[in-house]
Amino acid sequence: MKWIKGFFKTFFLWELLVGLSLTGRYFFSKKITIQYPEEKTPLSNRFRGLHALRRYPNGEERCIACKLCEAVCPALAITIEAEPREDGSRRTTRYEIDLFKCIYCGFCEESCPVDSIVETNVADYHFENRGENIMTKEKLLAIGDRYEEQIAKDRELDAKYR
Amino acid sequence: MDKIDIEIDGKMVQVDPGSMIIEAADEAGIVIPRFCYHKKLSIAANCRMCLVDVEKARKPLPACATPVTSGMIVRTKSQLAREAQKSVMEFLLINHPLDCPICDQGGECELQDVAMGYGDDVSRFTEGKRSVKDKDIGPLVSTDMTRCIHCTRCIRFGEEVAGLRELGATGRGEHMEVGTYVAKSVKSELSGNIIDLCPVGALTSKPFRFSARAWELQQRNSIAVHDCVGSNTQLHIRRNEVMRVVPQENEAINETWLSDRDRFSYVGLNSDDRLTQPMIRQKDQWIEVDWPTAFVAMKDALTACIEQHGPEQVAAIASPNSTVEEFYLLQKVLRGLGSNNVDHRLRQKNFDDQDEVGAYPGLECNLSELAHMDSILLLGSNIHHEQPILGHRVRKAARRGAQVLALNPLKFNYHFPLAAESVVPPAELCDRLAGIAKALMETQQAPEDAKKLLANTVVSETDKVMAQHLLQAERAIILLGTLAQHHSHAATIRRLSRLICQMANVDLGWLTDGANAQGAWLAGAIPHRGPANSSLTAQGVTAHDAFEKALKAYVLMNVEPNLDCADGRQARHALTSADMVIALSTFKDPLLMEMAHILLPITPYSETAGTYVNVMGEWQTARAVVTPQGEARPGWKVLRVMGNMFNLPGFEYTSQSSVLAELKEQLDNASSSGGLQWVCPESLPNADKGYLERITQWPLYRVDPLVRRSQPLQETTLQDAVGIYMHSDQAAKLNLKAGDVAHIEQQGTATLNVFIDERVPLGSVYVPAGYLETADLSGGSIVVRRDK
Repeated sequence: MKWIKGFFKTFFLWELLVGLSLTGRYFFSKKITIQYPEEKTPLSNRFRGLHALRRYPNGEERCIACKLCEAVCPALAITIEAEPREDGSRRTTRYEIDLFKCIYCGFCEESCPVDSIVETNVADYHFENRGENIMTKEKLLAIGDRYEEQIAKDRELDAKYR
Repeated sequence: MDKIDIEIDGKMVQVDPGSMIIEAADEAGIVIPRFCYHKKLSIAANCRMCLVDVEKARKPLPACATPVTSGMIVRTKSQLAREAQKSVMEFLLINHPLDCPICDQGGECELQDVAMGYGDDVSRFTEGKRSVKDKDIGPLVSTDMTRCIHCTRCIRFGEEVAGLRELGATGRGEHMEVGTYVAKSVKSELSGNIIDLCPVGALTSKPFRFSARAWELQQRNSIAVHDCVGSNTQLHIRRNEVMRVVPQENEAINETWLSDRDRFSYVGLNSDDRLTQPMIRQKDQWIEVDWPTAFVAMKDALTACIEQHGPEQVAAIASPNSTVEEFYLLQKVLRGLGSNNVDHRLRQKNFDDQDEVGAYPGLECNLSELAHMDSILLLGSNIHHEQPILGHRVRKAARRGAQVLALNPLKFNYHFPLAAESVVPPAELCDRLAGIAKALMETQQAPEDAKKLLANTVVSETDKVMAQHLLQAERAIILLGTLAQHHSHAATIRRLSRLICQMANVDLGWLTDGANAQGAWLAGAIPHRGPANSSLTAQGVTAHDAFEKALKAYVLMNVEPNLDCADGRQARHALTSADMVIALSTFKDPLLMEMAHILLPITPYSETAGTYVNVMGEWQTARAVVTPQGEARPGWKVLRVMGNMFNLPGFEYTSQSSVLAELKEQLDNASSSGGLQWVCPESLPNADKGYLERITQWPLYRVDPLVRRSQPLQETTLQDAVGIYMHSDQAAKLNLKAGDVAHIEQQGTATLNVFIDERVPLGSVYVPAGYLETADLSGGSIVVRRDK
């Protein structure tokens, strides 16, 4: 009996048909390949990418120079200097993140009492010159301004779990 | 006194009867949370945080206000105590804002710490929190009164230590507010201490505001270098920069306090005009050079000068704030070159008695003894401003009931009552001292020559009273302040003081200028003695004479000649006419930039290891806490290489401690020189000068280059502003009134605002020194008239 089964499977190229059927199934099914960078896979709203400093809706920067992010940063990537601004409020004069040191753990965001420093879902960025790995306050605020809509949406989705 | 046994948390503790539970617990290392209790202040027991469970007591008792009794059993962690502490914590947090992220105290806050241990994680208080308007209390302390938890430490400090009732509470309960009674800045030379005392962030340092967090700072021990007390400090540094200064506890010296001058002078360390590169003047152009070039230029210039004019035409003048090592090497270089003209006594005019001084001028008692004197005569001393920490000790003595006497050319506002006071023009100071001495002669043995000297002296009523107080006191001391020591007849004043001390059997204390005058004497930075009091074959000239005689070459160490010297005008002239001025300096002083030929950058105290000897003769060595700025180098290293350049023997030091060891060895072998002996002055100076006299002193925050560069200190209203101060009657005589601009001639000229000041006696005017505006004035008679 066994050899008859084997004879027919061999004679009619059964394994080939099984294999081809899998190929055929994928050939005709919907493709999962995306055309990066035009197309992107979905990201979690908790994705920890490029950093940004946020502002309040009235344009005032959120950061109050409490230095908790600097203290909590396990990679010592954050450097802050602060002094009283002209109006007497506590503000940073220097806020820098060294992206070469950063390990994207998200502790800075967690420690921030005013949701100022955040990690956006921007996952792709590059440097062309030495020194560009240092994100200055101006750069971070600019990123914040640019992605504020997305940042706010992501924080809102996550709000009930925080 | 027998100790009694009590039990705290199951631990048997032996304590002095009469002490409080909290003291016993602190000694035993048992932590009781507290806010209002402070060991140096009176007990208020108003925060209630220290409630503990005492057996047989019906309710929890405050540990800070409950005296121990024999056999007492205290539980600090029982359920009752815990509940009480937790409830108090909840009450304290009701009105405390949740602004820790923007509060400078965050990270070093007692409330934060205690709330971690005793607070709930969620507040049950949903009503609105109160808010309190901030007070502007000057340029040193910033206030956020909403954060105040009413511990009243600052109020008690003002009353009990600073001696000024400036801060006080108004309103009760919820409406209680701590503020200044009169809406002006806190006028105390110790005001910075309320920053340390405040357990929360209500009172914080203004110069330090928002600049760093406690956890970023590294703490290094150091010594304060602005007065002769040598307070122990801790410098807080971040990224090689001194961020702030706080006191280090030393019961024998500064207790837990620190004067504002020592606390805030650090701002000057990072001033813009730091000298960071050796510089040589070439054809009226300053060029920056490297050290070898500068040293060679220095050597060539000085050698040429010595060959041409002889070594006695070279003088070295050092700031009295220099370290022992710097003094020692400076005099070693200069004496190696053959000159004895080394001095640090920038502000003295009269040196006639310099051979009569023992090892160094200082205090004959230690500081804690000072607070236990029965009588203290302040002679020409605004002690709070000159030596704030000593002022506090004198005040302590006064609070204990000591009779404090004052003999001054200005009527100073002391923070304590005076038993007797004489305010006389400077020329009469000697007469009043003579009067006291003569009053003592009635009952005491006196040397014959003294009797003869004082034959014509008239004794006033006050003199008699003062003599009585000194005589009756079991322990008394005469404190010679700067006004006495800068006096043009200082030697007579010191000799008469010595006479009084001998007759009344009281101690004598010299409150010297700068941080290290004692070190300068011991290291030999004086023209008439070598290091370790060794005698010299030839005496050099003093700082004053060196400028008066206009020598050919000067080596200056951290001196700003026109601001720091007794006669700025004379110093300026001497330097202008000199062939060679070599300045070792921390700062680019405009005058040095104008007159010096070679500038060598040396480091301030925070960047050099060095030893300071305080007024009690205590040796204190401070380490460098940050690396030198630019090419600046510690003074001892620069002087060491100077010695090498001239091929002088014995300059092979490898460390600051080897320099110190060499001096210490010499001191060990030195014979102890005799004490202060009475030497009769030839005559008493004639009091009736017949012309207007100028009283001058260096205001609190103008005493040295570093302090003068501390902007916050300059903004305070505590020190005398630049101007001419006179009695209203004197002003009427001169046809001047407050707000006028006066033209002043005293060899040089100055144009100054007129202030009416009833502190100034008739026949004299007070013009503070240490300001550029008055730097051109000299000694002698002064002419004042209204500026057209």
